[in-house]
Amino acid sequence: MTKIIKTEKVQAWYGTEKALNGISLDINKNKVTAIIGPSGCGKSTFIRCLNRMHEVIPGAKVTGKVLVNDVDIYSAQVDPVDIRRKIGMVFQKPNPFPTMSIFNNVASGLKLNGITDKKFVAESVEKSLKMAALWDEVKTRLHHSGMSLSGGQQQRLCIARALAVEPDILLMDEPASALDPISTLRIEELLQELKKEYTIVIVTHNMQQAARISDYTAFLLNGDLIEYDLTESMFTKPNDKRTEDYITGRFG
Amino acid sequence: MNNLQAQYNKHMIRRKATNYIMLTMMVLCAVIALIPLISILTHIGASGIKGLNLGFITNLPSPVGETGGGMGNGLVGTLILVTIASVIGIPLGVLTAIYLSEYQQIGIFPSVVRFVADSLLGIPSIVVGIFAYVVIVIPMKSFSAFAGGAALGIMLIPIIIRGTEGMLRMVPDSYREAGLALGMRKWRVIVSIVLPTAIRGIVTTIMLGIARISGETAPLLLTAFGNHYWSTRIDQPIAALPLQIFNYAISPFEEWHNQAWSGSLLLILLVLIISIVSRVATRQQKFK
Repeated sequence: MTKIIKTEKVQAWYGTEKALNGISLDINKNKVTAIIGPSGCGKSTFIRCLNRMHEVIPGAKVTGKVLVNDVDIYSAQVDPVDIRRKIGMVFQKPNPFPTMSIFNNVASGLKLNGITDKKFVAESVEKSLKMAALWDEVKTRLHHSGMSLSGGQQQRLCIARALAVEPDILLMDEPASALDPISTLRIEELLQELKKEYTIVIVTHNMQQAARISDYTAFLLNGDLIEYDLTESMFTKPNDKRTEDYITGRFG
Repeated sequence: MNNLQAQYNKHMIRRKATNYIMLTMMVLCAVIALIPLISILTHIGASGIKGLNLGFITNLPSPVGETGGGMGNGLVGTLILVTIASVIGIPLGVLTAIYLSEYQQIGIFPSVVRFVADSLLGIPSIVVGIFAYVVIVIPMKSFSAFAGGAALGIMLIPIIIRGTEGMLRMVPDSYREAGLALGMRKWRVIVSIVLPTAIRGIVTTIMLGIARISGETAPLLLTAFGNHYWSTRIDQPIAALPLQIFNYAISPFEEWHNQAWSGSLLLILLVLIISIVSRVATRQQKFK
């Protein structure tokens, strides 16, 4: 099994407040890894450390090592912009760019990063929308506003937008938490398709969702990694008492 | 009825009465606030419309006693002054606002910039005029359109800084993060995502600033000075609508008083037209 991401003692701060106490975790290629834990345990902070998005918050700081394909993404020679092109991210709330059409939303990562070949961009937009299972719904109105779509469609639009830049890894920060059950189901089905080509790390506070969609699960609590295992083992026979308490709903 | 319900009901009548009184007061205040605004507009409209014709906006002022004079030179002068002020004020203001909002929100330097901008907003405009007089008019040994435009530009900068910063701050961070997470460079996110999202608000801010400075008289008294003839040279004294309105309004001649009203109406229309044109120009792409 190829380990595409390896983290070593990742610690993160917001100003003086420590959010992660040293997370060491290896993520397998072409698998879905779920990060679960109660609110405020550092799930989102952790995945934001994986594509150097943590540092865009003023006062935020990261220490430790994150190796992606054996390259330390925090070394001085690495440009965060290159990292983020290889590691896409989908956020909790759908955030299509409000001034852009559906087409331009998906194309934005290419066009605004200097890709000028129109044919290539158009093909990439179609391919990405198809992968995000949105093409059939929007193909006749690509030049309408991205904001005209429903919440679930907007989130799939954001997934298509992230896929268009052809990343290797897709980070998802509770991508379905703002969506209704039907849209959630569509996103979950989509993940099973996407993992054939991408490595997916998904943060969720919904344990059933983690159990349904992920191959591996990591349980975080108060900034510490409590347990990390195959999802099946974790949900059937957890090793740590706290994991058991959490997944059986005793707290969180 | 349980005890809690009874306690609620005890205050019922008083609550309803308070609600009614407060609501009435608010509506009343809204009406009172509108009275001066509407009466200014209707009075200027009624008094100014008589003299406002093509001749008024194309002719030079005529000597006392002759009819048919206009404020054409004042109109041109105001346009030139506002243009100079915009060339100075808009880039300085907008770029400073982008710095404050996108690059350095906290720290000593941004706080100082904000404090100075806020202080400038409160400075009497005549003081800005005296400043421009001392640093531009005296060294150049002449009143000039440039000095007037610079004085107005100085007044425009803080208005644009604070307004634009507010508009940029209203753009949710989630759009910035989405752009950065796609591997866009920071300047690209600002130019292609943040600014287009905020552009209407920024233009409104700039228009409010321009509307405000185009009616300023005090800073022009010691800088642009006024001119009875056509002039488009920026190193020479230049006419301006507010100056001409001022001079005509304090004159003893009935004919000039009427012209002052027409000039006021012209000034209001000018601001309105600039505002409409800029709104149309930045109209957001309409999606079907």
